[in-house]
Parts: sequence; C-alpha cells; structure tokens
Amino acid sequence: MSQKRIEIGTRSEIPMLGSRIVKSDEGDIAIFRTSQDTFFAVRDSCPHRQGPLSQGIVHGDRVTCPLHNWVIDLQSGEATGPDAGCTPTYQIEQEGERLYLTVASHTLQG
Amino acid sequence: MKEQLVVIGNGMAGMRSVEELLKVSADQYEITVIGDEPHPNYNRIMLSPLLAGEKVFDEIIINSPEWYVENDIQLLSGTAATSIHRGRREVSLADGRTISYDRLLMATGSHPFILPVPGNDLQGVVGFRTLEDVETMVEAAKSQTHAVVIGGGLLGLEAANGLHKQGMSVTVVHIGSVMMNQQLDEAASMLLKRKLEEDGLHFLLEAETEAILGSERVEGVRFKDGLEIPADLVVMAVGIRPSIQLAEASGLYCNRGIVVSDTMQTYDPKIYAVGECVEHRGTTYGLVAPLFEQAKVVANHLASFGFGIYNGSVTSTKLKVTGVDLFSAGTFHEQEHDDVLLLQDANRGVYKKIVLSNNRIKGAVLYGDTLDGARYFQMMRDQTDISESRDTLLFGQANLGDSGHGALQVMNLPDSAEVCGCNGVCKGDITKAINKNSLFTLDEVRSHTKASASCGSCTALVQQILASTVGEGYAETPAKKPLCGCTTYSHSEIRRAIVDNRLKSHQALYQFLEWAQTDGCHTCRPAINYYLLCAWPGEYDDPQSRYINERAHGNIQKDGSYSVVPRMWGGMTTPDELRAIADVADKFEVPEIKVTGGQRIDLFGVAKENLPALWSDLNQAGFVSGHAYGKAMRTVKTCVGSQWCRFGTQNSTALGIKLEELTWGSWMPHKFKLAVSACPRNCAEATIKDFGVVCVESGYELHIGGNGGIKVRVTDLLTKVSREEEVLEYCAAFTQFYREDAHYLERTAPWVERIGLQQIKNVVKDESTRKRYAERFYHSQQSAQIDPWMERSQQGVAEHEFTPIATING
Ligand code: SRM
Ligand SMILES: Cc1cc2nc3c(=O)[nH]c(=O)nc-3n(C[C@H](O)[C@H](O)[C@H](O)COP(=O)(O)OP(=O)(O)OC[C@H]3O[C@@H](n4cnc5c(N)ncnc54)[C@H](O)[C@@H]3O)c2cc1C
Ligand code: SF4
Ligand code: FES
Repeated sequence: MSQKRIEIGTRSEIPMLGSRIVKSDEGDIAIFRTSQDTFFAVRDSCPHRQGPLSQGIVHGDRVTCPLHNWVIDLQSGEATGPDAGCTPTYQIEQEGERLYLTVASHTLQG
Repeated sequence: MKEQLVVIGNGMAGMRSVEELLKVSADQYEITVIGDEPHPNYNRIMLSPLLAGEKVFDEIIINSPEWYVENDIQLLSGTAATSIHRGRREVSLADGRTISYDRLLMATGSHPFILPVPGNDLQGVVGFRTLEDVETMVEAAKSQTHAVVIGGGLLGLEAANGLHKQGMSVTVVHIGSVMMNQQLDEAASMLLKRKLEEDGLHFLLEAETEAILGSERVEGVRFKDGLEIPADLVVMAVGIRPSIQLAEASGLYCNRGIVVSDTMQTYDPKIYAVGECVEHRGTTYGLVAPLFEQAKVVANHLASFGFGIYNGSVTSTKLKVTGVDLFSAGTFHEQEHDDVLLLQDANRGVYKKIVLSNNRIKGAVLYGDTLDGARYFQMMRDQTDISESRDTLLFGQANLGDSGHGALQVMNLPDSAEVCGCNGVCKGDITKAINKNSLFTLDEVRSHTKASASCGSCTALVQQILASTVGEGYAETPAKKPLCGCTTYSHSEIRRAIVDNRLKSHQALYQFLEWAQTDGCHTCRPAINYYLLCAWPGEYDDPQSRYINERAHGNIQKDGSYSVVPRMWGGMTTPDELRAIADVADKFEVPEIKVTGGQRIDLFGVAKENLPALWSDLNQAGFVSGHAYGKAMRTVKTCVGSQWCRFGTQNSTALGIKLEELTWGSWMPHKFKLAVSACPRNCAEATIKDFGVVCVESGYELHIGGNGGIKVRVTDLLTKVSREEEVLEYCAAFTQFYREDAHYLERTAPWVERIGLQQIKNVVKDESTRKRYAERFYHSQQSAQIDPWMERSQQGVAEHEFTPIATING
C-alpha cells in the first residue's frame, strides 16, 4: 500500500502539552505536542474502550485517556502499567514551522 | 525452534490459561489457538446481560483480535478441530489443515443438553451457550411473541429474564417443583418465583416435556399430562454436557469429562485439559471460578515449573437478573446432625439460611439481602468455628450509620477473604492495589486487579472496599501522603510552598520542590493548577493541566460526545428559558434531555465541534454555564418556600438565587453544592449539602460538610443567624476557608472530619476572620465569574479546542 505525506498545519496551531485532531477517512488522528516540542500522531481511540485520547492530559511522551485513565505511550501507541493494548501510530515530521503527516494513500480517496 | 503449543477451544478457560502462561513464561512457545466460534474470545457469562440488552457485544470481548496479534498467537477461528493423532502429535482441522504440537491443551468447554423429544430439531429451538444463540433469540423477539424456556435453573432463568426484557411473553418450564434446585432450597426458590412472577414471567412447574410441536418452525410444546402451550421460540436450558467427543475419539481416557490429574494432565502426558470439559477427582464444573484456578495450575506446568496443584474448588453462585439479590454456596439441605440457622421475613422479601455442622458453615442460601454472602463463603472455605458469633451470625454486619453501604462490615473482612470469586481476588489484593496505585474508581480497580471484571456480581462489594479504603486514607494519614508519585511532598506542604514562596506556575513549583517528572502526571497537574489559581486568582490557570471536562466546559460521555447543563438559578425557570432550551435541542438535534438531580436540565450527546454554537444560542437566551462538569460550585437546590408553601418560613428560592449569584463560577477542591429549605421538612435536602441552609421562623440555620453520593454524611450545624446578609457572608467565608485549606479532591465532608468542626467555627464565627475570608472570596470571584461559554462562543477563547487542525479526505 503506498503512503502519502500531507501538510496538516503549523506547529504553533497545537498548544504545548495539548492535542488537535486531523479528521480522515480512517477516523480521527490525534496530533500531540509535548513540553519538549516533540510531535506525535496516533489514532484518536484508546485501546481500552475507544476513548478520545486527544482529550487527555499529556505528560512526558504519554497521554492519560480521559475516560478511565489508561496511560498510553505516544511513541509506540502501547498502554503502559498494568493495562495492555495498543493504538496505531503515524509518522509525523516537522519542516521549519510546518507539520507533515504520513498516511496510507487510500485515506485520500473518498 | 520454539516448542509448539496448540490450544483447542478459544473460550474462557483456554484463553485464561494462555494469559496465565504468558505472564509466567512469555517466549517459551509458539502458540496456536483453534476455535470453532468465528469470534475472538468473549465473556460467556455476559451473554445473559447481552440478551437482556444491558450490554453490547464489544463490551464483552475479553481478548480482541489485536491481542492475539500483539502476543504472536496464531488464531484459527471459525474452524473446528476434527481429530487428534496422538502418535504423530497432529491435530486435523475441519478446513483440511493439520497442525503439529509438542504440547496440546484441550479446552473445549461444554454444550447444552438437548432433550431427546420429537421436534427438538425444529427451527426456533435453541440452546443458550453462544453468541449465535443470543442472536437467534434477539432476532426471534423482534417478530415473535411466545417464548418457552425449558429448565428452571440458573441459565434458564437468565434466558427467561433476557427474553422478557426483549419484549416476549415467557413461560419457564421446570420438571421439579423447586426452581434452581441445584442452588436453592424450597423457601428461597418460592420467593424468587414470586418476584419473577411480579416482573411478568410465567411458570409451569412439575411439567415434563413430551414433544416440541410444529412442521418446520416450532409452534408449541406438549407435556406428558397432555397440556399444550403455544411457542415461537424454545430455549433448552436443561443442563450442559462436557464436550469430550474429540478427546474420546482420539483415545484419551474420559468419563463424564476428560479425566485429568491434579496437574491438569490427561492420560497422555503431552496433553493437558482445562475448563468445563474436564473431570477432576470425579467432579465437573460449570462455573468460571474453578476454571480460572485450573488455568493457573496448567500454566505453571506448561511453563515447566512443576509445582502447581489443583485441589478442586468450592463454588458459590449468584443469579445475574437485575433486581434479584440471591446468593448460594455449599450444601444447603441439612442432614441429620446438622444445625440450621434461619431468618425469614416475607414482608421484606428476605430469607437467609445457614447450614452448620459442628459449628462450621456447610452451606448458605441468601435471598433479598446478600451483603454477607462473601463473609459466609469465606468462613465456609476456612472452616471457621462460629460458636462465638453464632447468636448474631444471621443478622449480618451491615451498619446503618453508613447508609447501608456496610463499609464497616467490609473493614472487618480479613485480607484473605475472597471478594471476586471469578478471578480469585482477595480483599487484601484490592486494598493493596488501591493504596499502591492511588486508585479512585471502580474501573481502575478492575484493570489493576480484575476484581469484578467477569460476572460483575461482586461489584457492590468491590465498591465498598474502594469507598472504605479511600475514606480511611483521607482520615488516617492525610498529612503524610505524598500528592502523587512525582513528589514526596503532601498536599498541605505543596499548598504552603506555593503561598510562602510566591510560586506562580507549574514549572516554578516543579523546580522549587524538585519534581520527579518534567511535566508531572495526570494526578498532580490538575491539583497544582487548582492550588495555583486559588492562591493567585486572576493570575494563573493552565488549561492543559485541567481534566478535559473543565477544559471543554462540558462532561465527556463514553462515546466522546459532551453534555451541556445551563445554570438555572436556584432551580427556578421561565417559559422563555424552557422555550430557548427546546429550540437549542431541536436545532442541534440533541439526542437526549434529562432533568438532573441538581434541579436543572441536561442536554446529552452534543458533538464537541457544536459546543460553541450551542452555547452561543444559550447565551442569547440569558443562560451561563452550569459548571456541572467541574470541581467547582455546582448548584443551589431550593424548595418552593414561603412564596407558595403553607409551611414555608422564609423565601428560600430568592435566597437560593442570591447564594448562587454569590458562588457561581468558583473553582473548588472538589464539587461543591448548596441548598436552601424553607422549613425543617427540608425538601431541598440541605442537610446533605456542602453548605445547606434550613430556614426557621427566627432565621437561618447554617449547615456544613454534608454529602450524598458514595458515602452519605449528614451536615454539622455551624451556627444560626437571623438575616440573609449574614447567610451570604458566612457562606463566602466558609467557602473560602475550604478552598484555601482542603486537599484537591477532598470534599467538605472528609475535610470537616479531618480538621474538625471547631477549627471551622474558629475561622467563620470570629467576625474579623470571617470578614477577611469573605473578602478574599469576593476578590477571587471577580475573575472567576466570567462565563466560560461566552468567552469560547463569542470571544474566540481556546478556538483550537473545538476545531480539527485539518481534514484530509478526498
Ligand atoms: C447529571 C446528574 C445526574 C442526573 O441526571 O440527575 C449527575 C451526573 C453525574 N454525576 Fe452526580 N450527577 C447529578 C447529581 C448528583 C447528586 C444529587 C445532588 O446534587 O443533589 C449527587 C449526590 C449529592 C452529592 O454530591 O453529595 C451526585 C453525586 C455524584 C458523585 C459522588 C460524589 C461524592 O462526593 O460522593 C460523583 C462522583 C464524583 O464526583 O467523583 C458524581 C459524578 C457524576 C458524573 C460527573 C460522572 C462522570 O464523571 O461522568 C455524572 C456526569 C453526567 C454528565 O455527563 O452530565 N455524582 N450527583 C446530576 C447533575 C446535577 C446538576 O444539575 O449538576
Ligand atoms: C448464558 C451463560 C451464563 C453464565 N453465567 C455464569 C455465571 O454467572 N457465573 C459463572 O461462574 N459461570 C457462568 N456461566 C458458565 C461459564 O460461562 C463457563 O463456565 C465458561 O465459559 C466455561 O469455559 P470453557 O473454556 O470451559 O468453555 P467455553 O467458554 O465454552 O469455551 C470452549 C470453546 O471451545 C470451542 N470448541 C469446542 N470444541 C471445539 C473443537 N473441536 N474445535 C475448536 N473449538 C472447539 C467452543 O466453541 C468454545 O468456544 C455461564 C454460561 C452461560 C452460557
Ligand atoms: S448515579 Fe450519577 S454517576 Fe452514577 S450513573 Fe447516575 S448519573 Fe452517573
Ligand atoms: S477508553 Fe481509554 S481508558 Fe477506557
């Protein structure tokens, strides 16, 4: 399956320690910005009961799901601690101010 | 190359064994699971609530397809194992494949016994075992009327209850005169029958089925005595039979089930078996608790540790029919030298029977009040000598001062008492997990311990343990407990550091107190945010450190949508306001509207993107945010008062509105609720509020520290005043003292108990201190009383919160 790299906006549009959503055909993708100014992209759906991770509290490279407090590692998409489960991650790159998200290209037909 | 482990049966026992194995030895085997059901492993127990429409399938999946992938397990679902060649160590599948094994685990479960009567193969005759069975029943309920459930045991009654909930008219047919005769004696069974009849089920006892009638589809049932009744659906719930055909055909020694040793090994040392398909020391089991114990043992041996021994299990049962409280364990039919303790209160619908032999509990049946079930079960398993407590044993230990929650009783349970039978979790495991990981919710306890995560019938008990453990924690060691894992400092120390050292941001505090994590965590960030904004009103507030509800100014719902509760001052409203709410509901297609327990209206299911526009319309009609989502002042409940009520002594609604105008918008350590009742009949329930006013002829009684909710606490009387202005000033001062002194997430009730009523009286009753506290509250309110909905819908505040950054479809 081929991949496509799309510009989604600029860094400053996402609050530090916060998240914004990219709407796509395969569902919402949450873009996170940490206090160290690293960016992560994961499917906006908690492995537990599909809670919207974008709404959680970001700390370190992790986010706490707003529904039942699972803590998800943003790098790997894995739940941490006693919980087990994983949410898909996506590649995100910065070029200057701009942010680029890589998704499978079928996402774009629709 | 790794050894090959093949599991036949993708069900509860098989998968629990695999989970246990992965826990102790993750990389030892290449694992293949063969399951003939075309689904991932689901919680079979929950088929009953699924049928009753209380759950959906997604909620009862135990191991999702991803789980198998993540753990490198090959799942072959939707295909049956058809034969085992033990010599070649191969399993053949229905789809033609063969798979070789080094170790084989049989977990084929059991299947419903179908009565050998004519017509048993007609369309519309089902068992109650699989998801497909439930789907067939739900489908039938859509177009058909009459259901007949054959078998008045646990499964039969749960099926009947579910079908009744699906709208069918249900008759339960039972061959004996006592329903659930495996678990209940006659008296308890009668009580149960009476209750279920009141709910609308029909019963036909002592009826022996002779034939199922119909040509293609079932049309009726005929009994030995000639009676015929109509039926569009027949559920056979007359028992289960271990699924042993495959094992038998391969030459494994079987009796009723596949015979296993204490290490769960069959007569072929390469082959193990667990679950309902096995027979151990002459017993087969039909409940999950024993299977989970077996799973631990088999994992131990598969991992080559070689010391696990299964000694058989003692089981207890609960019936999963909402509204029926029933518990049974052990032998409840007394024999000659046994003693029986009996309590029967037909009016209250309570029945308790304990069978004793040599002052030890042999069995128990409880109906209507099962709080003590776990305790009796524990005593039974420990063979506790009860001669000391015999007099009071039956009356249980539920403690009234605790609004019937029985926290005291829970505290008296020893740590070794088993609470969750399904998962073998003891009280000690739960309290340890709560304390170690600072757990606050049932879900957290479930995910850490698995307690109440299977059949759920111990949920109430787990909640009590949670309530009593967290409550204890507040009361006993408040000052010494570190706020969270990021620090060694306690709430009080942190609050003091902020004020003394003029720390004005999270970062400043983290540096000053040498925080372990750069950004803190989800526990400390909201707490510190509150402490900072309380200490420096108008100067600091970090939205990213607030829980989502307070950031989005609505309550997040389980589907990710939000709820909207506009403020209704003192519970009063007007036709215009109601019309405006109705218009908003129409315009934004709000799926559900509810009158809340706080005397206002809740609009449910609003998409986040729509919130600002909806708020804007509400603002136009004069509404502001009701803060139903915040650790904040929530509502002021009022009764009608002297305006209308013949007993009213004061104008409670007007006073309620003034109090709400004074306190709205204020952020608090926890939620904060007020109420005003216009006479001691107290229709506004002021004596379970954080700040409650009870009006009397001569003035106003001020009550504080009340709490409904998890642990009910009645208020303490603070003082009595004669004028409204005093009420307002006392309220402001009390509120500010709480805001400045309490720990985050400590409501007024535990706070009052921690610091003592006297200290509060000292602050609030002394005029000059009172005025200073009130002054600080008024000051803080100046920056707090800006409607967050208005800022977001009309002034562009936090726009990014409500809009996607991009949309990338074609
Ligand atoms: C909507 C409402 C139920 C209703 O439909 O009536 C409600 C709904 C919730 N309550 Fe409540 N409570 C509501 C009145 C109450 C009451 C009754 C009252 O206020 O008179 C109580 C008991 C009184 C009390 O608080 O002392 C109450 C005691 C609780 C508790 C237990 C608090 C405690 O201290 O024990 C929680 C859990 C918590 O806060 O941690 C809770 C939590 C919740 C949460 C926030 C659960 C959650 O985290 O999602 C619910 C949010 C639903 C939503 O999305 O709107 N709710 N809740 C009521 C809203 C009142 C309002 O207008 O703001
Ligand atoms: C409606 C209902 C309510 C219940 N309520 C409770 C309760 O409240 N409390 C309680 O403790 N227990 C309850 N039980 C019982 C509990 O569900 C069972 O004890 C438990 O599921 C048994 O686990 P198992 O792994 O032995 O069998 P199962 O969970 O049935 O798993 C066996 C699996 O093996 C598969 N299989 C069989 N033969 C083959 C083959 N040849 N090839 C491939 N796959 C095969 C079957 O299709 C099945 O998926 C309830 C059961 C039902 C049906
Ligand atoms: S009692 Fe309150 S918290 Fe519980 S379900 Fe009802 S609304 Fe939700
Ligand atoms: S949905 Fe994320 S923790 Fe439950």
